[in-house]
Amino acid sequence: MATAGIAASPRVGFETLPASALAGGAICLFWLAVALAAPWVAPYDPIAQDLNATLLPPFGAHLLGTDNFGRDILSRIIWGTRIDLQMGAFGVLFPFVIGTTIGAASGYAGGLVDTLLMRLLDVTMSFPFFVLIIAIVATLGPGLISFYIALAQFLVIKHADFVLAARSLGYSHARIALRHILPNAIMPAVVFSMSDAVIDILLGSSLSYLGLGIQPPTAEWGLMIAEGQGFIASAWWIAFFPGLAIVLLATGFSLLADGFAERFGIRD
Amino acid sequence: MHRFRFVLYRPVQLIPVLLGISLVTFVLVHLIPGDPARILLGVRGTKAAIAAIHHQFGLDRPLAVQYLYFLYNLSQGEFGRSIIYKVPVLTVVGGRIAPTAFLLAYAVLLSTVLSGLLASLAAANRGRTLDQAVRLFSTIGLGLPAFWLGIVLIMLFSIRLGWFPVSGYGEDFADHLWHLFLPALTLAAALSPVLTRNLRASLISESTADYVIAARAKGLPRQVIFFHHVFRNSLIPTVNLLGVNVGWLIGGTVVVESVFSVPGMGQLMVASIFARDYLVVQAVTLVLALGVVLTNFLVDIVTVALDPRIA
Amino acid sequence: MALLEVRDLSVEFASRARWLCAVERVSFTVAEGEVMGLVGESGSGKTVTCRAILRLLDGPKVRTPSGEARFEGNDLLRLSARALRALHGRRIAMIFQNPSSYLDPLMTIGRQVAEPLVHHEGLRPREARTRAIELLHQVGIPDPRHTVDAYPHQLSGGMRQRAMIAAAVACEPRLLVADEPTTALDVTVQAQILRLLLELRDRTGLAIILITHALGVVAATCDSVAVMYAGRIMERASKRELIRQPKHPYTMGLIRSQPDLVVAGEELPSIEGQLPALGQLPGGCPFHPRCPHALPACRRQDVELEPAGADHRVACIRWRELEAAA
Repeated sequence: MATAGIAASPRVGFETLPASALAGGAICLFWLAVALAAPWVAPYDPIAQDLNATLLPPFGAHLLGTDNFGRDILSRIIWGTRIDLQMGAFGVLFPFVIGTTIGAASGYAGGLVDTLLMRLLDVTMSFPFFVLIIAIVATLGPGLISFYIALAQFLVIKHADFVLAARSLGYSHARIALRHILPNAIMPAVVFSMSDAVIDILLGSSLSYLGLGIQPPTAEWGLMIAEGQGFIASAWWIAFFPGLAIVLLATGFSLLADGFAERFGIRD
Repeated sequence: MHRFRFVLYRPVQLIPVLLGISLVTFVLVHLIPGDPARILLGVRGTKAAIAAIHHQFGLDRPLAVQYLYFLYNLSQGEFGRSIIYKVPVLTVVGGRIAPTAFLLAYAVLLSTVLSGLLASLAAANRGRTLDQAVRLFSTIGLGLPAFWLGIVLIMLFSIRLGWFPVSGYGEDFADHLWHLFLPALTLAAALSPVLTRNLRASLISESTADYVIAARAKGLPRQVIFFHHVFRNSLIPTVNLLGVNVGWLIGGTVVVESVFSVPGMGQLMVASIFARDYLVVQAVTLVLALGVVLTNFLVDIVTVALDPRIA
Repeated sequence: MALLEVRDLSVEFASRARWLCAVERVSFTVAEGEVMGLVGESGSGKTVTCRAILRLLDGPKVRTPSGEARFEGNDLLRLSARALRALHGRRIAMIFQNPSSYLDPLMTIGRQVAEPLVHHEGLRPREARTRAIELLHQVGIPDPRHTVDAYPHQLSGGMRQRAMIAAAVACEPRLLVADEPTTALDVTVQAQILRLLLELRDRTGLAIILITHALGVVAATCDSVAVMYAGRIMERASKRELIRQPKHPYTMGLIRSQPDLVVAGEELPSIEGQLPALGQLPGGCPFHPRCPHALPACRRQDVELEPAGADHRVACIRWRELEAAA
């Protein structure tokens, strides 16, 4: 259970970010813009059905085609952006905040409390995460997956690295901590957040695909793929384009993470 | 072989984890609102059956005692009865282990081959186009949803080209290999990016290691240096990484089995959730978690076998 | 004919679109069975010189713009990779400073010692293992039958270095380059290793280039010495000549700062200043900023090795005056 090493100087200099970070940043900003501008950019209502226009192929009146209910795929993808972005952000922020708080508190308390917590960490870190998620869903019912993901991560205190970094904050005095340790600890945490966003987006869309997440008729990318699976022989576009969107969004975060890791010398 | 001493006491270290898993699965089912007996039996519960459940699982006792009942039942192999299939849960789950295990092993095999090849190519051509391409594919691959990839593969290879079946498991061993190729490939393609990146980095850092210079000074041929020295040293961190990702991999089989309709535990899990066959859900969770723990244990053994420095 | 004849060897490293000179026109010879010491501070270019000769420095950021290194008549710098590999480990061997990192942690000692035998002499694993046990015995490793199956981390530093030596001499090379073989070891073990090297020389007629920063080591073991500073050879002579009659101010400074030669209670003299960084060589003689005898001419005039007695060469424009004054 190792914390990331920092090879570069502790000062955060953004001037020299590598191309990957810039490309990733651009992609993420693009999706953010899409999500925010959805009401104005989407050509059709995502859940409006048009039974005269079912299973239309792409590059016609409907740029990415329609599904078996005549719903416009492009609009559904645009509106779905909000949900998947939310999955990424939520599933990352929650454990980050909780983990950092617990870690700092533990480091500050020190002694027995600290040791116990670290032992607890050892145990929970080996817990199979995905299985836990599914079990939670089984219990509490589908829907609200962002919350479930965050909850499961909290239970497993998945990002021990946040905790460990925060712990060092607890050990030292606030001033030293803020001036010196925080900048060093923040960067790996940021990189992990972005890698995590990818994992959470994939997780959330997987759950929706299985029918255990977002429920129809809401437009969510994973759900759309599930709905389209029955038509892959005849109307491949229904399942194909949402997947492309997932890949593009996730790649944006991955590139960002890679770029930051390269710039600030952080290794896995 | 005193290095493998830990094989004896690692299981002891695993006990807290196993207990934790059992506790979580126990708690989850008991969080469902309503009379547990009714929930476990579904709508068809007769008064006698309900009473029997109450007795078997101690449902009228305090929660802590119920947990002990639960553990006791587990040790007897008593997981209860499936509502849907009407046979003991153990029977249902037992029949599903083989396809999932086969799929997992197949996926691990394919991904090690894939990662090994890609990482070696990239490391050997460091900085050049091939390397950049591999790295780009790895980054994009990280964001590739396994279920979507599976569907795309079905579209191409099963429907358009007809090379592989769309779903199922098959009858005999060769049949299994054929049916499970696309599912295993999907899992492997989803796992490879992580392994490839790590292995590539290891290969590069090991190829500039001091002992490599010493080996060159001995006049050893390049292939010998690569395969006997660099590769073996690079494997260790990657095997570790594989172990870390086992939990993810097992989770991935749940999804992939659904895409390809493979009759394994993952598909059983999903179906049981929808059918509210809670005892089955509980049992599958337990078995899958156990699988993760066991696989990690296996990875530990492999790591010790590879690295003589670990005592 | 000398075993190894190095003439005008230069090595340059690339750094941000410029080529920096790390070793400049170095020349020396090593005869059969001779132990030559290559002395200098850290960063003086001793290791770079030897690795360049053996072509272990490959890569786009290194180049040898001039010079030749003739071993048994063949220029090592111009040999094909295959011909070079045939010499490495067989006619020329090298041992390194840190035996821990230069041994593969995942392979047994025996196999690593046997490797050159297997690849150069085509020995089968069983025979190679027997030879490895013999070699381990020859280098003074106790209980070679068990050590042959041990892993590097199970041995002490001294034992690891002996094992490396065993691997190096397995095919009975004619020249051994020893890059600071004792620096990372305990003092007592240092003496043992040096003695082992001399024994090997006596027994097999092996020539040795001993790279070190300690004059004490040189005094104890070498036949001839070359003193390097900032990538250049400043003085070259037989050991006796050099210790008794050093003619270069840098050499004199080194000898004076040897702890063994200082009277107890007196302050240990040291040479003021530091080695110039790569690419920041002062003009003229590279040592002049630190030299107590420097004149303005030293800054302007480029300095070359010139004869200064039987078997003695010096790169200093003032050596005659300094000798006369002494």
